[in-house]
Amino acid sequence: MYRNLTIRQKQIVWAWAFLALPVLFYSVIRFYPTGNAILISFQNWNLLGSRTWAGLENYEKLWNDPVFWKVFKNTFIYLLLGTPISLVLSFMIAYHLDKLRFMHGFLRMLYFLPFMTSAVAMAWVWRWFYQDVPIGLFNNILAGFGIPQIAFLQSTTNALPAVLAPAVWAGLGFQVIIFMAGIRAIPTSYYEAAKIDGVGWFTVLTQITIPLLRPTIVFIVVFSSIGFLRIFDHVFNMTTNNPGGPLNATKPLVLMIYDTAFNGFDMGYAAAQTVVLFTILLIVSLIQLRLLRST
Amino acid sequence: MVDIAPTSDALLMAKPAPRTQNLGQIIRWLLLFIGGVIMIMPIAYMISTSLKWPHEVYNVNLIPEEPTIDNYIFVLEDGRFYWWFVNSIIIATITTICNLLFDSLVGYTLCKFRFPGRTIVFIAILSTLMIPTEMLVIPWYLMSQSFGWLDSYWGIMFPGLMTAFGTFLMKQFFESVPDDFIEAARIDGLNELQIWWTVAMPLVKPALAALAIFVFLGNWTAFLWPLIVTNSVDMYTIPVGLSGFGDEADVAWELIMTGAAISTIPTLVVFLIFQRFIIRGVVMAGLKG
Repeated sequence: MYRNLTIRQKQIVWAWAFLALPVLFYSVIRFYPTGNAILISFQNWNLLGSRTWAGLENYEKLWNDPVFWKVFKNTFIYLLLGTPISLVLSFMIAYHLDKLRFMHGFLRMLYFLPFMTSAVAMAWVWRWFYQDVPIGLFNNILAGFGIPQIAFLQSTTNALPAVLAPAVWAGLGFQVIIFMAGIRAIPTSYYEAAKIDGVGWFTVLTQITIPLLRPTIVFIVVFSSIGFLRIFDHVFNMTTNNPGGPLNATKPLVLMIYDTAFNGFDMGYAAAQTVVLFTILLIVSLIQLRLLRST
Repeated sequence: MVDIAPTSDALLMAKPAPRTQNLGQIIRWLLLFIGGVIMIMPIAYMISTSLKWPHEVYNVNLIPEEPTIDNYIFVLEDGRFYWWFVNSIIIATITTICNLLFDSLVGYTLCKFRFPGRTIVFIAILSTLMIPTEMLVIPWYLMSQSFGWLDSYWGIMFPGLMTAFGTFLMKQFFESVPDDFIEAARIDGLNELQIWWTVAMPLVKPALAALAIFVFLGNWTAFLWPLIVTNSVDMYTIPVGLSGFGDEADVAWELIMTGAAISTIPTLVVFLIFQRFIIRGVVMAGLKG
């Protein structure tokens, strides 16, 4: 029967044969769970009892939950601190690194190496750095200069930036590499023209380099924003004795989801939180598409 | 405005060296060097502490006075890290192979075939990029529970066997394979599976390598889902095991650092060997994917 098909029909048969398993995979492992998560968010379920319809109850509960608003605020603080800091740092590093030839590859390696580490392992290393005297490295160094100790992870004000630091550190190398690729892609003729016109470096930077890097900047901002909105590994591992603590000062949305679902077994409530996370990420992605289109 | 599309090749192209090495360049180099050294300090301290005796751990010296591999012997003799390491290797390897096969097959099909339903499949897979893993873990957990996948390799691996990211990366790269090659192979009597495997795949090797690096690293360091799906100690992956190990009461910091080093050193060694290649792959995947 296959022999009698035209070339075009044979192609259709092959294409669907290739896609059969993947289509099944995406339906069962991606789309069905997405629908299921949304469905569960309208139900009450503790895994043991029966599932009962709850309507908007979970969302109302979320709206009235002070912990959720604290977590919501934390998540955006991670985003609003992390994204600009890593953007500025990685641009500065890439901009200057691009102008160097001597041991260029070696310097690039130093900045990129943290990207190859595991977040869990490095969270524990940083957690050790943050301990009090005589354990933690940072406080030991401060003590060596006679500076009073800083409470990092125990303080409600310092804990969040302390947890954020290793996340910024680990992502920096990737952003530097992407920025350098962007900078290299700018045709040298622009710079040559600027040189002939005798334009200063600051004008070159603000009038040529940064405007032409816009697609790269948009990509990095979106990529790192999504990363900071989904922060979990670092927070979980640096605060295992009191996840998200002290007093929920470091708790991001993903940790709240994990806690509600797998410690509290309140599946409906946790699912509602995941829908909120999905909505936030969707809005950020749509803003990205808009920005990209307008370039 | 000119369309600026950064390419990985541009990164590796050397610019003509400036003729004069002035003071500014030296200061710039020194500052970047100091910054770079600070960047690797956490890694350096992790490794250095893993080589220290307990009495020296809280000393801020980077170089151990009497280096020892006792911590490694202790941690490996304990046995758990050995299993976590093996689990992680198996899971990351199988997942990587699956991604290479399926993502490239789907990418190839979407790129080179014209068939009814193509656009729908394309958009459907594209749209899964928008769905965060965190939203799926609860349904995945319920699914694993009802099928008995909890606490098994399959349970850890199944969500990541194919990725939309990999599919689009591969689709982009198959665009560069000329249709004439495929036509010629068809005339030679190869079937479509053979054409994909023997004609198209060898032409996108750099992309396959970039994808392999991303998928392997991603699975090696994956934490949230393995944490949820495993519950017996010998099914843990390295990150899950390390997290629990660090949390045990009275575990000495030098042992935690040793565990952290065991989980980090393999990827660092791979990076140092294939550095140029990996950076190129990261740029390719980052910009095309």
